[in-house]
Amino acid sequence: MKKIIRMREMADNQAGTIKKVSATGEMGRRLREMGLVPDTPIQIQGRAPLKDPVAIKVRDFVLTLRNREADNILVEVEPSEP
Amino acid sequence: MTKKLTIALAGNPNSGKTTLFNAITGARQHIANYPGVTVEKKSGRVIHQGYDIEVVDLPGTYSLTAYSMEEIVARDFLVKERPDLVVDIVDASNLDRNLYLTMQFKELGVPLLIALNMMDEAASRGIAIDLEALSRMLGVAVVPTVARSNQGIGDLLNKVVELAEKPKEWNPGILSYGRDVDQSLQDIETVIRRSRTYDKNYSPGWLALKCLEGDRQILSLIQSDEAASREIEAIRTKVYKHTMNTLEEEPEGIIADHRYGFIAGITKKAVKRKIESRLNVSDRIDKVLTNRIVGPLVMLAILYVIYEFTFWATKTPVEFMENFFGGVRQVVAGFLPEGNLRSLIVSGIIDGVGGVLGFVPLIMFMFLAIAVLEDSGYMARIAFMLDRVLRWFGLHGNSVMALLIGGGISGGCAVPGIMATRTLRDPKERIATLLVVPFMNCGAKLPIFGMLTAAFFSTDQARMLFAFTLLSWGFALLAAKLIRSTVLKGPTTPFVMELPPYRMPTIRGLLIHAWERTWQYMKKAGTIILGVSIVLWAMMTFPGLSREESKRFENERLRMKANFLALPEVRGQVRNESALADLDKFFSEYRKGAKKDPSSLKKLADQPLWPVVQETLALIEGPREPGKREHSALPLASAYAEYRQKGMEISNRQNEAALQNTVAGRLGRLLERVTGAIGFDYRINVALMGGFVAKEVIVSTLGTAYSLGSVDAGESSLVSGKLRRDPRWTPLRAFTLILFTMLYVPCFATLVVIRKESSLKWVGFSVAFNLVVAYAISFAVYQGGKALGFGV
Repeated sequence: MKKIIRMREMADNQAGTIKKVSATGEMGRRLREMGLVPDTPIQIQGRAPLKDPVAIKVRDFVLTLRNREADNILVEVEPSEP
Repeated sequence: MTKKLTIALAGNPNSGKTTLFNAITGARQHIANYPGVTVEKKSGRVIHQGYDIEVVDLPGTYSLTAYSMEEIVARDFLVKERPDLVVDIVDASNLDRNLYLTMQFKELGVPLLIALNMMDEAASRGIAIDLEALSRMLGVAVVPTVARSNQGIGDLLNKVVELAEKPKEWNPGILSYGRDVDQSLQDIETVIRRSRTYDKNYSPGWLALKCLEGDRQILSLIQSDEAASREIEAIRTKVYKHTMNTLEEEPEGIIADHRYGFIAGITKKAVKRKIESRLNVSDRIDKVLTNRIVGPLVMLAILYVIYEFTFWATKTPVEFMENFFGGVRQVVAGFLPEGNLRSLIVSGIIDGVGGVLGFVPLIMFMFLAIAVLEDSGYMARIAFMLDRVLRWFGLHGNSVMALLIGGGISGGCAVPGIMATRTLRDPKERIATLLVVPFMNCGAKLPIFGMLTAAFFSTDQARMLFAFTLLSWGFALLAAKLIRSTVLKGPTTPFVMELPPYRMPTIRGLLIHAWERTWQYMKKAGTIILGVSIVLWAMMTFPGLSREESKRFENERLRMKANFLALPEVRGQVRNESALADLDKFFSEYRKGAKKDPSSLKKLADQPLWPVVQETLALIEGPREPGKREHSALPLASAYAEYRQKGMEISNRQNEAALQNTVAGRLGRLLERVTGAIGFDYRINVALMGGFVAKEVIVSTLGTAYSLGSVDAGESSLVSGKLRRDPRWTPLRAFTLILFTMLYVPCFATLVVIRKESSLKWVGFSVAFNLVVAYAISFAVYQGGKALGFGV
């Protein structure tokens, strides 16, 4: 069973597929113009020294966003091993 | 007859747009601002196949909405100036996201040509693109290029000319965005066509699309027709409710999804990928450079290396420039008769302008190093790693660049630093950054820091200078926090930023980059500094001494001369005033020779008073060659040395009296009532007034104020020794003055830039705020230090 989690909860190097971007207004537009739309595969690339912002690989480039922004993105991931 | 063409270069940030622009236009570039906004407009020319082509480099954007200044500027240029062709630079190694902007150019309908750039990078990542298929499906001609190695530039220009020769109608290509959205688009379009106020520059279909996307600029365009505006609002509300109910997505989101869907359809057919290793080179570098523990350490190491390198590399050129201006000074002083004109040109203009230009090598190297950080992609990593820290202080990860340029590594310039705040989108974050950039230790503050640390903290000078760099960061961040939680309260903006792949910077790109900023620094010397130096010089010269007082000093000098000539050890050897004048001339010639080139003294050795002069210098400055003393010359030499010291002392008193009587001197004395509490006398106040023009001149003004006659910026060691011996100066006073200089008012040139980049209101705020901060900190340090007995 696949499960849907918020991007903030993803582990480093974990991959998944965007299911929903719930941000609206300017934030929604900023995320979408960078290619964060449903059905796009992404992978967590790493996090800054203080665990925020997060860097993700999306399409063919690396994008950084803050955890607060990542909270607007729901990602479908393989369940992690217990 | 050459025919004229205008083409616009557009594309995503980091798509190699600027590199392509440089490759096309070479050095023939012109930088201006778009009217009314602080967005840079770069244009250049190229002649190709008999066409005189003007190339306009539009700001890099990801989209064509109206959220940022850059996007509005790019869009307005296209719609209002109607360039003959838009060359869309598309990064082949990052095709999907780059084509998102291309789709919006197609929607707008501009005549379009795609420069498919970075073909080499795409190939190295195993991405193969079928150009013919891509071109066919997009309906746009595609030319492959590698801008950094000049490949494909000729082909691109050939294509530009070929397309320009055809008639160029705008051809809006609105896609299908799903049934619901399409229906509303049609409805809005009908309303717009009916409306009489509609602007024929735009196609109605495109206007409808922008209305649905909630584009503020376009919506306000329609507002003049109230009926139409109301109808459109009703349609928008209806479709919004509908899509939120059925798809849980706002129409704007659905439109973006469809654009990306359309792009996916194209790339599926036109792009073939070899199985790529999961991490490319850039990702692997990032595993180390942005690692949570190693990353910050490497960053500090890199900044430290830049700090050491710039000072090491620029030591010789800075000395050369100082000597050069010293030479100019001497030559000019030799030509002009003594008086106000000479004083104006030498002490006013040459010292002011030369003081600024002398630092050009340092500034240039610092900007070159910063350009390497930027062009390689590392600057984005610094912003990424520091964002969390800066956010706590109410700033943004991208604020770091402005702070680094402004002197964050030590030795930058606030003028280009403030210009660099343009990359910040949020006005509050931008203004907060812009206000704290002047706290950084720009190149102009270094001479005064260097002079004072040499005088009072000579044992650990290097460590002190490093500590001042850290202190300036501390003050800047705390001030930002203060500003952001009071006058500029508000949330932080999103940090949605691309980390571009690491790239080897091109030499041309680096040089252009560094030069642009250095030029901003140099321009201030020619214009603002020149003007204000003259004003300041006048303030420090007039009204000067009254006739009676001058006469008093003159009489004193005459008495001294007579007394000297009457001494028994003098009488036999220096008979009268003209002989004394000869001795004075000989002595200054000898001293100059001894300092610069001791071997040249040989030809003076047959003069009868040679031993006297030699001994006098030894008495005044300490013997140069121990053991070789001329005892017979000693009585006259010691009398002469004493005579010279007395003469100097009279001149000093005269200068001091003159300075006290000038406008600046009186103002300085008045200010003593306030600055007394932080240990500054009127001389320091006068020097700090000079620093308001350019902080470079504080040292030389301080020299003048402490009656050293005129002092070169380069001869700071002279001032340094003088202050060390002066009982009024303590290490605490020196330390307080350093802190005050670090924080007090931005220099005049910086204020002019603040005015341009924000408003007069913020100029006033900046002056007042910085003065208050500087005074408060200095007061706490000086009084605290005195009470605790530190450095008194």
